[in-house]
Amino acid sequence: MSDISVEARNAVKAFGQGASVVRALDDVSVQIRKGEFFTLLGPSGCGKTTLLRLIAGFEMPTSGYILLDGQDITDLAPNKRPVNTVFQSYALFPHLTVAQNIGFGLEMQGKPRAEVFSTTERMLALVKLEAMAGRKTSQLSGGQQQRVALARALAPQPKVLLLDEPLSALDLKLRKEMQVELKRLQLETGITFIFVTHDQEEALTMSDRIGVMQSGKIQQIGGPVDIYTRPVNRFVASFIGETNFLPATVQGGIVTLSSGDKITAGGIDGRSGAVTVTMRPEQLRLTPPDEPGTLNATIASWVYFGTDTHCNLHLADGTEIVARLQSPASGDAGLIKGAKVGLRIADGAAQVLGD
Amino acid sequence: MSAREDKARLENARNGWALSAPALLVLTFAAAGPLLIVLVYSFLTPGTYGNVVGTFSWDGWVGILFSRDIFDGTLALADAHLTIFWRSVKLSLLTTLITFVVGFPTAWFIATRPPRQRAMWLFLITIPFWTNLLIRTLAINEIIRAEGLLNTILLKLGVIESPIQMIYTDGAVLVGMTYVYLPLMVLPLFAAIDRFDMRLLEAGYDLYASRIALLRRVIFPIVRPGIVAGSILVFVPALGAYVTPRILGGGKNMMIGNFIELQFGQGRNWPLGAALSMLLLVIVMAALLIYVRASTGSKTPHG
Repeated sequence: MSDISVEARNAVKAFGQGASVVRALDDVSVQIRKGEFFTLLGPSGCGKTTLLRLIAGFEMPTSGYILLDGQDITDLAPNKRPVNTVFQSYALFPHLTVAQNIGFGLEMQGKPRAEVFSTTERMLALVKLEAMAGRKTSQLSGGQQQRVALARALAPQPKVLLLDEPLSALDLKLRKEMQVELKRLQLETGITFIFVTHDQEEALTMSDRIGVMQSGKIQQIGGPVDIYTRPVNRFVASFIGETNFLPATVQGGIVTLSSGDKITAGGIDGRSGAVTVTMRPEQLRLTPPDEPGTLNATIASWVYFGTDTHCNLHLADGTEIVARLQSPASGDAGLIKGAKVGLRIADGAAQVLGD
Repeated sequence: MSAREDKARLENARNGWALSAPALLVLTFAAAGPLLIVLVYSFLTPGTYGNVVGTFSWDGWVGILFSRDIFDGTLALADAHLTIFWRSVKLSLLTTLITFVVGFPTAWFIATRPPRQRAMWLFLITIPFWTNLLIRTLAINEIIRAEGLLNTILLKLGVIESPIQMIYTDGAVLVGMTYVYLPLMVLPLFAAIDRFDMRLLEAGYDLYASRIALLRRVIFPIVRPGIVAGSILVFVPALGAYVTPRILGGGKNMMIGNFIELQFGQGRNWPLGAALSMLLLVIVMAALLIYVRASTGSKTPHG
């Protein structure tokens, strides 16, 4: 229990009144560990930002609790919480210089001048903006503004840093750089990071654990590998990466696809009857037809993507399935439309979904 | 090519002059010209029945601060004049302060309404402009005079036994000027607050700022151009106010505007009136200079 930093307990947040009430958060409970890089991932409107704002204190939950280090902080104002936020819009103070922006929180805490100065210097070094200390924030590029926002939020040494889609305004190259930078900062400072994003790749590459959200509920919490390889439901499987959904039946622990092929799959959990099986396209390989342990399939079409080739196939009963094949050096995978092939599913790739 | 460009440039310049000619004419003959006359008059000698006679004299300017003894002609500091100047500056500054204290929350309220409601609120703010200033001031007179609405009600309720002297005091002038100039404070404040990014409040609040600190360290510095503009817009006309102090201040509580009018009227001292007018102009220009400084060069060091 002592390694829990932030906890939401049955948090509900409803907006609107009467018939038009929208439950932005619907009974969410989550425990975020100390020093962890935790990502809230979901499409827009899933409630991830609302949960972040509850933790920051900008919103009060309709019911439920927010705890920090085991203490109830639900009713605590934002300026009384040792939690700082990096805003999507950065929200830098336009009338202050970079250094004054970074020192703002410390000053408001009433820290002595010398400490404000030395911490600001340290933060400037941490985000590599020493040369910009005296500039107005409007004179900075997007990436630099982002780093000022980070330094400003880190300067008061909060117990938890909240990041609300901080990278969404940056172009791709800068975003990749900042992802590395953020991860480095988190490891260096040891502060608990709670990161909100709708970008699944960002979530997978940076996080220790991910909470996937949809419709105000947390669908699954787990490490990136867990979430990707063992999604609990259709939403999680489809939101993160590409995947195939195949109708199947389970009988006595044996999974039979609608095409009649019997396969081994994880996540059966004693289910029986009609289920959906998912498998990632990159876990499928083509073999010559009728090889043992393969499914019979027909090549329908393919698209060349450079690093790999997406091949659309039909199973025996016409079920569509996509395989992502690594492109050979020549670029020509030798695919022939209408050709009969065998389809091998990598061990452990097939998962039975909860719904 | 270059000849063609030159021709085009020349034509542009000619068009520019032609287009600005009406404004320039108006400014020359309606603003600069009369001012020049006032300036000249301030250096002349008063005529017996008003107007001026064409003899050069410093008396107009000297008369701003000193009065000449009628018997021995010695100069003495004119306390009455100083009192009037001091009252003018004091009342104008107080009016500016009160309109700011009242106007800031008002402007904030309007700026934070949904966009569709904002127009309605701004419209309401401008309603007082629909009525003539004299009528509005007389209306205040009607409320606060000895037999006026306020005193009558208080008497009837038995709160007071005899009417309170409200009219013909500095307080009455202050109330009147605050009422008249409030919209001039609210409108520029609204414009500044409207541009203010409310997300900065969350950022400040998140960074341990109290509400007072947010106001002082985030809101005020950022909306400062609006505060300065509103203050100038109130202070300048308040300093030269004529109608309000005349009606609500009576003859005793004169401000510069009334004092100038007196010189051109009963005082029959046009040079002094002209010199006072120029003085007022200088004060206003100084105030505007401060405004330009404050709204452009924002290089004040910060904690």
